[in-house]
Amino acid sequence: MPDARINVPAEVPRGKPFEVRILIRHPMETGYRTDDTGKQIPRNVIATLTCRYNGETVFAARMSPGIAANPYLRFFVGARESGELAFEWVDDRGVRGNERATVTVV
Amino acid sequence: MWRVLALCVTCCACGATAQERVLALSELRSGITFAGANVRAMQADELANPGMLWVERGEKLWNAPAEGSGKACASCHGSAQTSMRGVAASYPKFDANAGSVLDVEARINDCRTRRQHAPALARESEDLLALTAFVAYQSRGAPLAVAIDGPARASFDRGREFYFQRHGQMNIACTQCHDQNWGKRLLGETISQGHPTAFPGYRLEWQSLGSLQRRLRACLFGVRAEMPAPGAPELTDLEFYLAWRAQGLPLEVPGVRR
Repeated sequence: MPDARINVPAEVPRGKPFEVRILIRHPMETGYRTDDTGKQIPRNVIATLTCRYNGETVFAARMSPGIAANPYLRFFVGARESGELAFEWVDDRGVRGNERATVTVV
Repeated sequence: MWRVLALCVTCCACGATAQERVLALSELRSGITFAGANVRAMQADELANPGMLWVERGEKLWNAPAEGSGKACASCHGSAQTSMRGVAASYPKFDANAGSVLDVEARINDCRTRRQHAPALARESEDLLALTAFVAYQSRGAPLAVAIDGPARASFDRGREFYFQRHGQMNIACTQCHDQNWGKRLLGETISQGHPTAFPGYRLEWQSLGSLQRRLRACLFGVRAEMPAPGAPELTDLEFYLAWRAQGLPLEVPGVRR
């Protein structure tokens, strides 16, 4: 499965906030569910997510089992110069995911 | 006397026509119109719609060589954007080779086993859901139009019988909710007309994409009826009847439902 879908405008005006949207594929297992045999399914949610712009952290989140599967996040970032948004997340099992998107300042 | 008899014969001969429709074509309403504003927004926005994760995965599978012949779907069908456009709207469809009516899932598996010499994908497997969603996505917006004449007719009739047959401990038929009581409340839920246009679709209850058959099984579970196994002919027949019943409604794959 693809790990995520990101949406950022290809070109943004200098300094003006633009919208960043990301949809991540993840089961966000709560730890409260049981499988067909009655065994508890261990909790596995995305523990932390960070978004860096040219190395500088612009957004970070700690997630909990209260968040639905395949979480969708939306936030605003302003850019002074062109660069790359780098997302990185890690779940309770230690599985890491990452995705990138480039932004051109005009 | 003869004229009356002749009239009866004409009526019987013209097949599934207007008098067999419980809901008039002009009355048909997609399930999305019963959903709340946030669910409607989620379906309409291709980035917020989680079903698109499966569509994207399906596109990769479409272009990936299968293990048997090394041929990908794209080797024969080329770009799905053109070759699969509108195709899913005519499914389920009678297939002469199989000798029965196939839904999109079964058609994909038929192609896999016969042409790609690859093992069939399991129903509800992530790969089959992804491929089905990707193929059906090419028909998003296309009005449902299935052919029920000729050799397909027997399957259609069985599907219709299933729809009007009472099932399970609750002893109710599909028609009692979805034809006679749609628009009314069932606990917190508004009863829809039961059209299949969203599937494979993302159900918030499932937290995942699922097939129409999974949805039908969930309904049968709800009325405490025996659930046919995934891929069972009863379910395909019912899918076929439902597709005819929803004739003209646009396909919404990947739909989002509660």
